[in-house]
Amino acid sequence: MVKEPVLQVKGLHKAFGGVQAIANVSFSLYEGEVLGVIGPNGSGKTTLVNLITGFVRPDTGEVRFRGKNITGIQPHKIANLGLTRTFQVMRPYHSLTAFKNLIVPLNSPRVHRTRGGKLGDRDAVAIDILEEVGFERDARVPYKIAGSLPLGYLKRLELARCMALRPEVIICDEIFSGLSMSEITSLVPLLERLQLDGITLMMIEHRLRELFRLTNRVIVMNFGAKIAEGLPEEVLQDPGVKKAYLGTETKG
Amino acid sequence: MAERERRRRRLDRSIKVRTGGLYALSSWSEMAYLLVPRVVLIGGLLVLPLFVDMYWQRVLCSAGIYALLAVGFDFLAEYVGLVCLGGAFFIGAGGYISGLLNAHFGLHPFFSIPIATVAGAIISTLVLLPCLRLRGIYFAIISFMFPLFAVYIIIALNVFGSTEGISALDTLPNIWTEIYLIFAAVILALFALRRLVNEDIGIILKGIKDNDQSVRASGIDITAYKTRAVFIAALIGCFGGAYLSHLYGWLGLSLFAMDFSILPIAATVLGGMGSLVGPVLGAFILTPMSEALRGFGQLRVVLYCLILIAFMVYKPEGLMNFLERKYHQFEAWVEV
Amino acid sequence: MDILIYGTVNSVVFALIAVGFTLVYGVARVPNFAHGSIYVLVGFLTWSFVNDFNLHYALAILISLIIAALLGLIIYRFVLMRLRGMPTSEIISSFAVSLIILEGLRMQGIAGFKGFIGPFYMLQPFIEGKISVLGVYVDYQRLIIIGAGLAVVALLWLFTRYTKTGLSLRAIAQDERAAMMLGVNSDRTAMISLAIGSALAGLAAVIILPLGNVTAEAGYKVLIYALAVCIIGGLGSWAGAVLASFVIGFAMKISTALFGALWESVVLVGTIILILLFKPSGLLGKQKELEERV
Repeated sequence: MVKEPVLQVKGLHKAFGGVQAIANVSFSLYEGEVLGVIGPNGSGKTTLVNLITGFVRPDTGEVRFRGKNITGIQPHKIANLGLTRTFQVMRPYHSLTAFKNLIVPLNSPRVHRTRGGKLGDRDAVAIDILEEVGFERDARVPYKIAGSLPLGYLKRLELARCMALRPEVIICDEIFSGLSMSEITSLVPLLERLQLDGITLMMIEHRLRELFRLTNRVIVMNFGAKIAEGLPEEVLQDPGVKKAYLGTETKG
Repeated sequence: MAERERRRRRLDRSIKVRTGGLYALSSWSEMAYLLVPRVVLIGGLLVLPLFVDMYWQRVLCSAGIYALLAVGFDFLAEYVGLVCLGGAFFIGAGGYISGLLNAHFGLHPFFSIPIATVAGAIISTLVLLPCLRLRGIYFAIISFMFPLFAVYIIIALNVFGSTEGISALDTLPNIWTEIYLIFAAVILALFALRRLVNEDIGIILKGIKDNDQSVRASGIDITAYKTRAVFIAALIGCFGGAYLSHLYGWLGLSLFAMDFSILPIAATVLGGMGSLVGPVLGAFILTPMSEALRGFGQLRVVLYCLILIAFMVYKPEGLMNFLERKYHQFEAWVEV
Repeated sequence: MDILIYGTVNSVVFALIAVGFTLVYGVARVPNFAHGSIYVLVGFLTWSFVNDFNLHYALAILISLIIAALLGLIIYRFVLMRLRGMPTSEIISSFAVSLIILEGLRMQGIAGFKGFIGPFYMLQPFIEGKISVLGVYVDYQRLIIIGAGLAVVALLWLFTRYTKTGLSLRAIAQDERAAMMLGVNSDRTAMISLAIGSALAGLAAVIILPLGNVTAEAGYKVLIYALAVCIIGGLGSWAGAVLASFVIGFAMKISTALFGALWESVVLVGTIILILLFKPSGLLGKQKELEERV
């Protein structure tokens, strides 16, 4: 019996001016899995995320979330359905303290709905969420101004922002980028925990080794098209993938 | 030999740190530290009209109207990221509606002013609504155009008294009502907005200003929030307009004058963008100044704009932020 | 038939007015609110040079245009450059500059300055007289407008395609960071664009103003027209600006013929609102309403 995919993308096309950013991309995301999306720079990975989450309208194609057609719906509505994303370029609300940053998602209709009305003490909920992602409460980290936090914390803040929505899916756009080895190793357990909680993850990444520890399935993109799909080991053997990353060898 | 360099070091005064939380209630001196500025502000406003003559009392009324517009502008610009270049539209909307209700339906100002405030705000928000989905620059452009368009359309359709306006409206009972009504409105607007920006909605609006994509990705409908913010600013502005039409007892195209759009902006920049109190201060400085220069005609506008640019380029924090900083922090030159 | 002629003239008028504004916005990403005020200023300066200083007309025009370009440079260098990256401040200060100029031109009584109000200031058309075109009598000046419009568009097209400066302007307009990495100086390009934009505003003024009077109020009208064209055509789109000019130009002339002159502004407002509701990025706007800014 085939499981119904949580997220289904069919035939997405998007061109910006003369550049075909996404060409006929289709794939499915199944509940509870961690799907990796890899590909060289400029292969359209972030554009793909934008198309799925409603920030950019596709030219043609369809995106379905739990069977419901969400193509071209506004981003906030998609987030409210439980499909969230992080941003590659980090820009927290820099003048606010870290936990106040979470006030924004905690005010979304989705949170109001699932909590059945009053959220109670929102500030306390925000701090709890931050603690889950590793902001040490004792060291008063949640109370620091967001603009002053180092990158590792900012990435966690982005994840916390998504988690505050109690999502079903989190699409992580290059969440490991810019982090040191130790920061990545401390982030991986958090992602594993999210998966154990039942959240489906789709991770756009460059850091292949770390990614492959988490994912059980990978998609490779190049020049806006999907060129391979499958288990990490299989995909790395694919000649097309090798060519995309390494270029063709010159003979002689 | 090494060059000794100096830099400025700013530290919060200890009393500021002590009053940061609940501890503020623990001693008289600390409570005074927090209360004195507010008391000076409110007290000053309440007492000032008693010391000046009739002519300047009227000027204070005008200053109050400009202060309302300035607070609204500051709120929209610094807390939501929308630059409103057409405050005159709010004045015109509020003024015309209130005046028309009074002239054609005989409603007493006691009723026409509140109705005009709300109705004017609804109309202004509807008119600005189409551009709220778009980038901030559109709001600036559209808000600039609308007061001018309103004038052209009123002339074109030859309604609402066209170029002559409508006079013989009811005026407010006496000079004291006039002054204290507008001052009450200013104080109310000020404290309400101050409260608002610290509530969740204020945080969300600030988030929209800082990084609206992130807010959208967090499940918030930013257009809805921007609309609420514009409505609030419109309420404030339209009240000013409704009040104005009953201050002098007439309405006319001058309610849409550029003056109402630019002086609040200059007042805000001068007084300190983002501080909400600063714009009020700025309005109370610029309005009497403008009055004193009445004989020079359009020089006043040129002057406000020059002041605006000077402050923007050389002292962008403005007066109030400067004063607040001095109050809360002390500076020292430190050898590096 | 005369709607066709006058509609075309009107459209070219709009296009001439809007082209300088679009250039500055596309390159420097700053809305130059002072555009309308420079238009009027050039008109006044030319009049002044001709009438008060008795300069030859062509010379007066040339000097005024140079002054306009210099003014654009100064505005950028001393005001806008310091405020780059803070869009609220940029908008506010460019608005303030525009008011300084426009209201300044209306001042009276300072040092004998007569002030620039009232319908007493007129610029001479380049060639007097009318000619019959397709059965309609049209002023030479109006034909000159059409010719000038075409010439300006053609020259700008050539400039931005074949000269180094022009190419750098286009580069910055397309992708500022990439252009900067390739060695294009963003501030200098912005200054140049503001200078050219102001000169274009002045050029539009000297060609169009001979049709009527020079008044300070016209500054606001011109600014509104430029803004309207940009909104309807799409901020930053050249082709859109041209298209929008024609749409608005004809719409207004047609409405005048059907309903009378005063309804022009109603039509203009209506068109703007319609576009904002149904196609917010403009007729040919390439930019999305809220782009993903990365």
